[in-house]
Amino acid sequence: MNEETYDLRTSESHIEVHKFYPGAIIVTLVVVFFLQAFLPQYFHKLAILDLPLLVTIYFGLSRRNPSTGLLLGMAIGLVQDSLSGPTVPLGLYGIAKTIIGYLASSIGARLDTEHPAARFALTILFFGVHQGILALERRILLAQPEVWFTLQLGIAALINAAVGMFLFALLDRLRKPS
Amino acid sequence: MVGVPSRHKSIFLLGGMVLLQVLFLAFQVKRDSQGRLIRVWTVSAMSPFERAGSYGIGSVRGTWGHYFALQNTSRDNEQLRHENEALKLQVTQLESRVAEAARLERLLNFRSSHQQVPMLGARVIGASADSATRTIYLDRGEHDGIQKNMGVITPDGIVGKVIETFGNTSQVLLLTDKDSGVGAMLADSRIQSPVGGTGEPLLEMKYVANDDKVDVGERVVTSGMDRIFPRDLPVGTVKEIKPGNPFKLIRVQPAASLERLEEVIVLLTLQPLDLQKGASETAAPVANGKVASGVAAADKPAIDKPALNR
Repeated sequence: MNEETYDLRTSESHIEVHKFYPGAIIVTLVVVFFLQAFLPQYFHKLAILDLPLLVTIYFGLSRRNPSTGLLLGMAIGLVQDSLSGPTVPLGLYGIAKTIIGYLASSIGARLDTEHPAARFALTILFFGVHQGILALERRILLAQPEVWFTLQLGIAALINAAVGMFLFALLDRLRKPS
Repeated sequence: MVGVPSRHKSIFLLGGMVLLQVLFLAFQVKRDSQGRLIRVWTVSAMSPFERAGSYGIGSVRGTWGHYFALQNTSRDNEQLRHENEALKLQVTQLESRVAEAARLERLLNFRSSHQQVPMLGARVIGASADSATRTIYLDRGEHDGIQKNMGVITPDGIVGKVIETFGNTSQVLLLTDKDSGVGAMLADSRIQSPVGGTGEPLLEMKYVANDDKVDVGERVVTSGMDRIFPRDLPVGTVKEIKPGNPFKLIRVQPAASLERLEEVIVLLTLQPLDLQKGASETAAPVANGKVASGVAAADKPAIDKPALNR
């Protein structure tokens, strides 16, 4: 038993935990929320992007600490709830992004997620889980009819994953050199 | 005393945070509370960025686009291009101002033909933070007299209603949002039925019986029954009709371009309005060289050029 635990820790120790320059996360979040509210005004089709989700996934995968990942996800989700207006109750995106932050950090602590293909696949997976949680919340907690999956959601997952690859590469530049 | 293993702490934290938010969510649903304080903080923190971005990037976008379009056409004469570069930049800036002036002129014309009705011009500075809701932020708020449930329109047609107000900002639920609805009727047959959003670009007219005659292209106007919008404002045109059970499935193309809003008009009253009555009443006092009586200070024309040119 002890030997197994030792092996697990040894394998985890190969995965690097990335740190960021001070203020990088806050500035990133402000920019992301600004873009999320601003871009669809001029390019309506960009409303399909969920930049706060992409940032939650990125920082979760990079920092690899489930506790900070879920707290950051919760903060991002609650800000998104606040900015979405009274038709979206506070906590709807908060819960979804808390779970995504936790899952991303947990997976990031076990797998090497630096390769673009891994990031692409994980973003699609997390996008699907995020939509699933939202649908579950709307159905169970808010008693609102919500579809589980549509073709549009599938396309949105692919587009978000593609944008995520570029965004993640951009955010990699905010990391402190190891 | 048995301690919690450190690797399980994050699971407990996850459970705790999710439970906390579920309880908070349940509290909001039960008490019909909307966590206004938190919303005020976040919107107040974000709106300066949106406001600055709306003005800054808007003008840069216009200049950028026009400048490079003109640059392509002037390749034939490199020397002249250099000489005229500064002039062209000025022209493009003027062009974008002319386009803006044209839009504002339409708002002013609309306003001047309905002087009796208190209105306020506002600029759109942001959109919803999620893709599921259709809302916009305006650069005017409580300090300008905007209140919840006030109607928002453009000269082309209705836009939506104010759902949240802050000091200098307000949030508008667009007609296309799935929680949105407006009292409407078919302009020719005068059949009344609410029109609501579906979360997609087209609206849905909900309760028109299969026996009623409706034609594609027929205009849909407000009925005034919702007590938010005055009667006979354009809502849209019928785009698609399918038989349904028990009602027709009617899809309506919104009259206002809800996906490209830049300036809007807020109807500064919660009382039922009659735009046509307002316009006719205005004509008589002006003809007599007098200002219409009974217009409160807050009801004075709020669309002025300086305000809209900001």
